Amino acid sequence: MRDLEGKAQEAKGKKAKIGRDIDLDAYGSESVSHDYVEDLDALSEGDKKRMILAGVDAGEMDRSGTYVQKDTAVIHAQSRQEGLEVIPIREALKQYDWVKDYYWNLVAVDTDKYTARAQLDLHDGYVIRALAGSKVIYPVQACMYLEKEGLSQNVHNIIVAEEGSELHIITGCATAPHLQRGLHIGVSEFYVKKNAKLSFTMIHYWAEEMMVRARSVGIVEEGGLFLNNYICMKPVKSLQMYPTTHLAGKGAVARFYSLLVGSPGSEMDVGGRIILKKRDTRAEIISRAITNGGDIIARGDLIGEVPGVKAHLECRGLILNKGSIHAIPELQGKVDGVEMSHEAAVGKIAQEEILYLMSRGLSEDEATATIVRGFLSVDIPGLPPQLKAEIDRAVEQSDKEMM
Amino acid sequence: MLQIDDLQVKLGDKEILKHIDLEIPPGETHILFGPNGSGKTSLLMTIMGYPQYRVTGGKIFFKGEDITHMPVDGRARLGIGMSYQRPPTINGVKTRQMVQICSKGNVDADALAEKVNFSEFLERDINAGFSGGEIKRSELLQLMAQVPDLLLFDEPESGVDLENISLIGNTISQLLQRDFKVNSKKTQKTRRKERTRMGLIITHTGFILDYVTADKGQVLYEGVLTCTSHPREIFTCISKVGYEECVRCAI
Repeated sequence: MRDLEGKAQEAKGKKAKIGRDIDLDAYGSESVSHDYVEDLDALSEGDKKRMILAGVDAGEMDRSGTYVQKDTAVIHAQSRQEGLEVIPIREALKQYDWVKDYYWNLVAVDTDKYTARAQLDLHDGYVIRALAGSKVIYPVQACMYLEKEGLSQNVHNIIVAEEGSELHIITGCATAPHLQRGLHIGVSEFYVKKNAKLSFTMIHYWAEEMMVRARSVGIVEEGGLFLNNYICMKPVKSLQMYPTTHLAGKGAVARFYSLLVGSPGSEMDVGGRIILKKRDTRAEIISRAITNGGDIIARGDLIGEVPGVKAHLECRGLILNKGSIHAIPELQGKVDGVEMSHEAAVGKIAQEEILYLMSRGLSEDEATATIVRGFLSVDIPGLPPQLKAEIDRAVEQSDKEMM
Repeated sequence: MLQIDDLQVKLGDKEILKHIDLEIPPGETHILFGPNGSGKTSLLMTIMGYPQYRVTGGKIFFKGEDITHMPVDGRARLGIGMSYQRPPTINGVKTRQMVQICSKGNVDADALAEKVNFSEFLERDINAGFSGGEIKRSELLQLMAQVPDLLLFDEPESGVDLENISLIGNTISQLLQRDFKVNSKKTQKTRRKERTRMGLIITHTGFILDYVTADKGQVLYEGVLTCTSHPREIFTCISKVGYEECVRCAI
């Protein structure tokens, strides 16, 4: 741990490789206390409403566990199912030795100034673990909520799906209705063990002046499956993340899906990198980006290191009204016998499609909304119906506001 | 009633329809013949209201209303519907959703799809990877849900295999109220008299005439309606002497 401190100190001023540089001193980092609540229903209506938009259900219906952090304080952490652990990370580091093996194991603490800050000034985060062989029937929900104006919320999450387990997580990041300016630094490390299945669906619901820097790395062992979905349809000042996953065991599979909507003034730089290191591994990165004034960079990088791997990258962008989309798909085949492909397209809505729908009786606006919704409706195999419903709801909500 | 008076249309800089006069009274179906590039599809697209087909002269009336400059959706709501030859694929929009859009949610998509043998396509993205014949069945399914009063068919039999041609022909007949029912309560004559729907069908091969009765045939040649007669007669004539004959009438 001491070593981590040292490395973090050294990296305190280290700029990130991509994304605009953020002056960390412009954000407060002192802890903000909030009371722990036994029953999420006790939260204010305003808070609950915002959390619901990010996929968090205060009634905890159809959820097998919940973690809610408000600013720097954990206000609720509970598992409702055997074989599932939901623990605040600071508590977990104190109480369980095994957590230390996972902490800063995949993400290097000295990656950049943001990871350094998450070490030097940690405001909790969660450890969610499904024990070997356990099937978590309902999704676990986690929410990072930001209320304090000008705060830098620095969190670290560890997610472990032990051998043969099945775990679904929906995590929402949201800001209080009045909040304008803030910074969210999120470090996440994902461990998908042998034959385990993990789906991780993240819905972001930020404020217009929010800065977001996420650093996440995952590892998938033999026969494991990692589904990583990211949805951000709300304005955000600057968002940058480039999650990486290592397929380190035979037959491991990773699929990344991202849906982005860029509003005026928003800057989103979102990518996905999957490294195929063992035979028969499969990877898929699918991204859909729409802008009506924001600037979006959609990156994707697939790296095939051994023969017999298969990977596909699909990146589609739609420019509705001003803004820009920069698609950067990359494929790196390092040996013979890899099968890798990508397709990227950036354009506007085809007039022909609008007219086709209009000739079936829709108005021009309805036709446009239908096409946009279709564009964003990506089939994600393996996702539980509750999570699919959450994604559909986010899409619906966004095109109501976009039109 | 559809009434077209002295219609002139440009696509880009090119004049593609020249002084067209056409009338389809309620209950009538007309067949539109003509060689490739003669303007048949352009005429249908102009009636449907596609803006790239620029009306430079003349007028179109439907149900007594001047629709010459009405947007596409207005015409659809007024009761004009079209079966396209090459409709666009819309990613993420399912065939089932299209049926609901056409019917405003008022039909049972499953029951309707069964009629045109299209059930397994309901959950597919509309037109994505559909074969020629599948596109036709999808278009018919949408028209069955939409139930327009004027139906425009752009080569409904092209690309359809023999197995499906009668299905398509008979479905068009029903849509145009031109099917013959055994043991129907009303006499066939009464049914004919009560017929209200109008049709305009482009055909290349004439196969459709084996399934759908029609009142008139029209020949469009280089943007000019050159000939109006009994559809069978026109078809036979074209089969025997070819469209070269039309040149003589177009001058």
